[in-house]
Amino acid sequence: MAQATVETVERVARLARLSLTAEEKALFASQLDQILAYAQSIQGLALEAATPMSHAATSEIFREDQNTPGLDRSSVLEAAPDAVDGLFRVPKVLG
Amino acid sequence: MSPLHWLTAAEIRRRVAAREISAEEVTRAHLERINGCEPRVDAFLTVLSDRALAQARRVDAALAQGGPAPALAGVPVVVKDVLDLAGVPTTCGSRILEGYRPPFTATAIDRLEAAGAVILGKANMDEFAMGSSTENSAFKPTRNPWDGDRVPGGSSGGSAAAVAAGMAPLALGSDTGGSIRQPAALCGVVGLKPSYGRISRYGLVAFASSLDQIGPLSRSVEDAALSASVLCGWDPKDATSAQRPVPAWADSLGASAAGLRVGVPWGFLERGIDPGVLARFREALEVLKAAGAQVVEIALPHASHAIATYYIVATAEASSNLARYDGVRYGSRRGGEGSLSQMYGETRDHGFGAEVKRRIILGTFVLSAGYYDAYYLRAQKVRGLIRADFESAFEACDLVATPTTPTPAFRLGEKTSDPLQMYLADIFTVPANLAAIPGLSVPCGLVDGLPVGLQLLGRAFDEATLFRAGHAYEQAADHHLARPPGFA
Repeated sequence: MAQATVETVERVARLARLSLTAEEKALFASQLDQILAYAQSIQGLALEAATPMSHAATSEIFREDQNTPGLDRSSVLEAAPDAVDGLFRVPKVLG
Repeated sequence: MSPLHWLTAAEIRRRVAAREISAEEVTRAHLERINGCEPRVDAFLTVLSDRALAQARRVDAALAQGGPAPALAGVPVVVKDVLDLAGVPTTCGSRILEGYRPPFTATAIDRLEAAGAVILGKANMDEFAMGSSTENSAFKPTRNPWDGDRVPGGSSGGSAAAVAAGMAPLALGSDTGGSIRQPAALCGVVGLKPSYGRISRYGLVAFASSLDQIGPLSRSVEDAALSASVLCGWDPKDATSAQRPVPAWADSLGASAAGLRVGVPWGFLERGIDPGVLARFREALEVLKAAGAQVVEIALPHASHAIATYYIVATAEASSNLARYDGVRYGSRRGGEGSLSQMYGETRDHGFGAEVKRRIILGTFVLSAGYYDAYYLRAQKVRGLIRADFESAFEACDLVATPTTPTPAFRLGEKTSDPLQMYLADIFTVPANLAAIPGLSVPCGLVDGLPVGLQLLGRAFDEATLFRAGHAYEQAADHHLARPPGFA
């Protein structure tokens, strides 16, 4: 099973949109390694016949797809770090 | 007569309903108590004095007009800062939500207020409910009222400490792997994690959506039952909330546990338990027997894999849930003058604390290509086996008993540099979340002057048996009446 290295943490941090410091990368690599070593206990179990429990709900409940009023736009935008003309403003996406 | 701040919710409601005291008097007494005790405990992130007094006056005015007294009339409540209250900051113990005031209120809080409860303020917690000591709060650690050098447990540590110190008779917490039951045990109060789906999570900041549940902390099982009947129920705003009848649990509590079969998974309890905790646990079993229960041995063969399973499932879900903190829709933003991806990275690196980042990294790793099958899929399978273990166990017993925690409260700073040791503090509480079943922690005495808890686990949606056994135990043992020295 893979061991966690600084490169592992860098790759995962990129996926998770976290820019970490060098110290954080080193610390998380060693801690991730330790936690994954502990989690090895489940690698030895015979799980071929087991069904994954992907959710905890006891029943599926369906409802009609009906329009209902949502939150007031201005009250939502008030919570945004940057908003203009009823929209969220973000840094430039395209060059 | 007890001072107002040590009254239970049921007693406050009775006196307010009888017009012996006003909700405003009760609220003032608790706000004064908070003023006096909070400097030694640091349980609160926000105290809502004016808002609380206004709500108390509304309750009094309705009663003065001859209206019926609602179920929690005049009962002061503290809510964990993971729940939204419109117009009041929700921090979730994190810097990334700095400045955020939600435009809506959590259904759980709405239900409390509709039942006449008075929200005193918002309680400190581990950031995004990730932790077992409340030391991961971005703002301050909370201290255990029983020993100021020790943690109150977590992540609902502020809620538990506030109830233990007499700053509120009732609090709301959230429990993803033990975050209500573990701090309840370590602070000597009652804590309930209801069955998955019992309480609407609308307005609860999500951590791990297949595990999270809201629940009450209180100083008696009766108060937990009373408030649970208010909190539980279907909510169209939460698709995972269950359409199940909600009994008036507090009305059918008795002193007898006659006929109840209590299963003890001794094989799961073999290692790593403090001898004092084990001694209190054995005494608790004797009390249950004396109350008429039969104690039987059961097996939970996969429970020893619960922590590994939990920290894969919970972090995977967290890595997805916490993707929403991107500096766009709410909270703080950093690096906005650069590119979009730079802004994301800086906002998240600056806004999240170490434990949250660690869990995002772990969760993203177990979901990433090449590791998904080996970790996440396997963990989901083991989770199914853990649930099946409980289903088999409940053929031979009506509830399962364990200690709530392996040790009493640990010292501040003792486990902060060793995340795995911190995770192991949840060993006995995590299985209930994985199996989606309810769990109740009841004070079961002291170990070296520090409280510990008896955990009772029940079949899904069978909170009634937990309340019945918990109340019968509590009334016979009286450990719930112990108060932290220095908090008269």
